[in-house]
Amino acid sequence: MAERVTVRLTVNGQRREGRCEPRKLLVDFLREDLGLTGTHVGCEHGICGACTVLLDGQAVRACLMLAVQADGATITTVEGLATDGRLHPLQQAFHEHHALQCGFCTPGMLLAALDFLETHPDPTEAEIREALAAVLCRCTGYQGIVEAVQAAVRARAAGRSGR
Amino acid sequence: MKPPPFEYHAPASLEEALALLVRYGGEAKLLAGGQSLVPLLNFRLLRPAALVDLNRIPGLAYIREEDGRLVLGAMTRQRAIEFSDVVRRRLPLLHAATRLVGHLPIRTRGTIGGSLAHADPAAEYPALLTALEGEVVAVSPRGRRVLAAAELFRTYLTTSLGTDEILVEVRLPLPPPGAGWAFEEFSRRHGDFAIVAVAAVVEREGARCRRARLAAAGAGPVPVRLREAEAILERDGLGEDALRAAAARAAELVEPDSDVHASAEYRRHLTAVLTERALRRALARADGGDG
Repeated sequence: MAERVTVRLTVNGQRREGRCEPRKLLVDFLREDLGLTGTHVGCEHGICGACTVLLDGQAVRACLMLAVQADGATITTVEGLATDGRLHPLQQAFHEHHALQCGFCTPGMLLAALDFLETHPDPTEAEIREALAAVLCRCTGYQGIVEAVQAAVRARAAGRSGR
Repeated sequence: MKPPPFEYHAPASLEEALALLVRYGGEAKLLAGGQSLVPLLNFRLLRPAALVDLNRIPGLAYIREEDGRLVLGAMTRQRAIEFSDVVRRRLPLLHAATRLVGHLPIRTRGTIGGSLAHADPAAEYPALLTALEGEVVAVSPRGRRVLAAAELFRTYLTTSLGTDEILVEVRLPLPPPGAGWAFEEFSRRHGDFAIVAVAAVVEREGARCRRARLAAAGAGPVPVRLREAEAILERDGLGEDALRAAAARAAELVEPDSDVHASAEYRRHLTAVLTERALRRALARADGGDG
């Protein structure tokens, strides 16, 4: 067995540390070593997007990265979105627009959508659909998810214009 | 599944990385963005003795315009290319091709050098390098060498890079101002590998074609430069008949295989369709239109 390595990183604003084999995937490290099971493991080869997290603010597949590669990085998982028991506006929009059914893809959907909205503040519906293709929903609930993302865009615009 | 055990190294310099490759004598794999390598590890299709991670080596990610070329460090992320102003302004073909590489979360990690060294014949960057007559720079303990696209790609997932060699830079010649371009791809879903894709660059002089560059992805074991189709345009101009003849010739120049995604026959058909489409779009842009 390969020697274990120490991984130190910031997850959802907290300094965390663990020891693991170098072959441990980031998603397994988050779930098994740090107890953060909100990030889901789906296909384990980068297709389904269920394991999407933010790495230094940008969406990545946590199954296509080794935990040791995230040493020193800042990670945001779905557990880090709500503040003081209040849902993040995008989570709220998912809730209101029935954008989840079984919920398995939801953490990945939320984090992929957050990164997309950071880089595309005023997206068209086609752009939203293209971006959400990064995460697979097997309940085929895409319509609600698209509507939730559109609602989040509108809510943010309304917030900015002071309404 | 989970990756098999390996020794992990994250060298802080190229010299150190090269020394590691020598030490493992071909049993180590280089880890760039990991978006192709890590799935292969997870499936246990690869069992390298060691991974040499390039991500902690400074100075391997940059985008510069230099001597009529766009020069990119091998570890430049696809995401950085997608949002680069100089890429969008000077080589919009690269911007368009990049947006077809996987999805944004894949492009966050994936690198241009990694994609070229992985050499998937259905991937966008190998076809782009081929169409633009680009080259890559590789270093080894024996020194540096420059490889043209045609020298780099050998067959499926195989390049002529040695096991002690690291691809460090990608050089893409900039088409002259006014040249038209297009990257046309067909895939079942956005973000999938292309079933077939065609990159085109066209320099026109009225109805004459000064220079055409065409390359296909997904149509054989390596990206295919469609030279004889280019020659038809350069000889016969850019009229309807020449466009159709070039597209028909393109389909004869590729030797695709059948797989679970598409038959060889269908890929051949797509090569003609996408060549014609790419040429028309490139011509519209060469006229100053948006295509």
